[in-house]
Amino acid sequence: MLYVKNLHASINGKEILKGIDLEVRPGEVHAIMGPNGSGKSTLSNVLVGHPAYEVTEGEVTFNGKNLLELAPEDRSHEGMFLSFQYPVEIPGVSMVNFMRAAINEQRKYRNLPPLAANEFLKLMREKRAFVELDSKLANRSVNEGFSGGEKKRNEIFQMAMLEPRLSILDETDSGLDIDALRIVAEGVNKLKTPETSTIVITHYQRLLDYLKPDVVHVLYKGRIVKTAGPELALEIEKRGFDWIKKEVGE
Amino acid sequence: MSSPLGGNEGGRGAAAQYLTLYRECRELIARHSCDVMNALRDEAYSHLEQSGFPTKRVEDYKYTDVEALFAPDCGLNISRLDIPVNPYDVFKCDVPNMSTSLYFMVNDTFYNRALPKATLPDGVILGSLKELSAQHPELVAKHYGQLARTEEDAVTALNTLLAQDGLFVYVPKGVVVEKPIQLVNILRADVNFMANRRVLIIVEDNAQARILACDHTTDEVDFLATQVIEVFVGRGASFEFYELEESTPRTTRLSNLYVQQEADSRVHINDITLVGGTTRNTTRVTLAGRGAHIDLCGMAIADKQQHVDNHTFIDHAVSDCTSHELYKYVLDDEATGAFAGKVLVREGAQHTDSQQTNRNLCLTRQARMYTQPQLEIYADDVKCSHGATVGQLNEDALFYMQQRGISFVEARQLLMRAFVGEVIDGVGLEALRDRLHHLVEKRFRGELGKCGDCTVCK
Repeated sequence: MLYVKNLHASINGKEILKGIDLEVRPGEVHAIMGPNGSGKSTLSNVLVGHPAYEVTEGEVTFNGKNLLELAPEDRSHEGMFLSFQYPVEIPGVSMVNFMRAAINEQRKYRNLPPLAANEFLKLMREKRAFVELDSKLANRSVNEGFSGGEKKRNEIFQMAMLEPRLSILDETDSGLDIDALRIVAEGVNKLKTPETSTIVITHYQRLLDYLKPDVVHVLYKGRIVKTAGPELALEIEKRGFDWIKKEVGE
Repeated sequence: MSSPLGGNEGGRGAAAQYLTLYRECRELIARHSCDVMNALRDEAYSHLEQSGFPTKRVEDYKYTDVEALFAPDCGLNISRLDIPVNPYDVFKCDVPNMSTSLYFMVNDTFYNRALPKATLPDGVILGSLKELSAQHPELVAKHYGQLARTEEDAVTALNTLLAQDGLFVYVPKGVVVEKPIQLVNILRADVNFMANRRVLIIVEDNAQARILACDHTTDEVDFLATQVIEVFVGRGASFEFYELEESTPRTTRLSNLYVQQEADSRVHINDITLVGGTTRNTTRVTLAGRGAHIDLCGMAIADKQQHVDNHTFIDHAVSDCTSHELYKYVLDDEATGAFAGKVLVREGAQHTDSQQTNRNLCLTRQARMYTQPQLEIYADDVKCSHGATVGQLNEDALFYMQQRGISFVEARQLLMRAFVGEVIDGVGLEALRDRLHHLVEKRFRGELGKCGDCTVCK
């Protein structure tokens, strides 16, 4: 599904990713862990095409297409979704109008007619239930005045609406209490199919208890320095990252 | 020509041609107008002669060169020749779910030939200022020119000098006009043309009225249009006034709106510039009685070389009044915008609550916005605030929307509409509010502003 080969990227001339190799197959859950500043958020931003980052070297293929040539909206249409670490508030744009525009542009890309108003609202209702999102929130401006937990739930709600092939969850667990974490994680699990994949960026084991990664990577100084099974996350939870830093020669 | 009027030709720049015109056509102008309007002309003449038109050196006009705007030689229709247009044929109002009492002005003449069936409550007078001031001379004379002082503003002086007709609306004490009144102003001419329109509105104590005025242009010539509107709002009365300009890049509009509010009156003004060439709106509100409240709002969407200048002045003359001001601009291409908002809190105007907000988006590096909040406060127990911002579209929000599959172009549209949406949300009439949201959407998509393609009324 996703092949990343020797990916280098920089922001304002400063190189952050220094040769990432990653392969995610359909149905897999990958966790990416690593100390602060190692490049985890940069990797997710680069994959979805954030204009502030410049890819200086390497290849990324998504569903057989050269991802780096696609505009951010087309990456979305191709099935890539980022649950933002800091979801953006958009005053004056209602959730309904926002989601309708998103859904209909995706349908247009796939040569489908726009959804009728009643079908769209029905879909909104159904998907809200996934993350127990209050209907009041759905009638407000995008993320405006939402609490931290509501914003994260709103991210997963949007994911449910757009049904992506690959979801990147960038610290979706940060700022969530235990109940909200469970709701979010269960929402993600319900959306999982044998064809969809997930990349989970996190510092903690607790989200991985729910999402059960197949592969765990450690990103450090812009490179993936260690890749193993789910037991690696447990070990990091116990021992931190210092032992890995030592392994790579520090 | 021997007359009490001085012959200071050429000495007053652009004003000279209008002064000359007046001297030469004084009788003709008067014959096609009415006594009340004629009575103030000579005084207006001397005021205009003294002052000339303001250049950018004049503080109140520092962003719009009025002198230059009046320099071209435009035709006037002093003899009131018939302009061949039947607005009721040309314009069919399709504001959905909104039934209005619809009236037209063609250039500066009230269109009298086919008035709508009597829909106005008893006692309400509405029609041609020229004709009605002949029928109700005392009522009109008591108010005409009382707020619009010719010694204070050259555009008002010019308008008072040359205007021959316009609209008169009178709502007597306690009468509620449920149905909104819609006035469609049509600029129509085959040559470069000047129109001077005059409006007088009296809403007496405890009366209520709502007026929507739409400015349209049907021809591709240069238009120079002035308008002076005087509004008297009595004790406990309520008045809403929506102005919508949807003209052409070749239209220059200079509009002076004067409002005087008595105690416990409520006024909502919303001045919307969707399409125009050069627009200068001056709005002066006097809160003359305790407990009066004004909502003064406006928005402008401008692109290419469009210029929109809103100059507002709110006079808190007495205590316990409130004013709420909100203006928003979206400037694209090389458009320029200006907003000057003066709030005067006079001595003794205690418990004034005044809030002014001006927010602006410049979409390009070439677009220019000038904003000038001015508070002058001579009372000590007041609450006054103001805020002005000039910025760009939020890039984080743009990217967030793109990540969800919304194209860059569409994301921009959503953000721009959201930005000005705040001004429209204050509109009291739901059908009009919906219509304005729709019009703004079309404007941002570039589907408005084609000559003769008026979307409000056609």
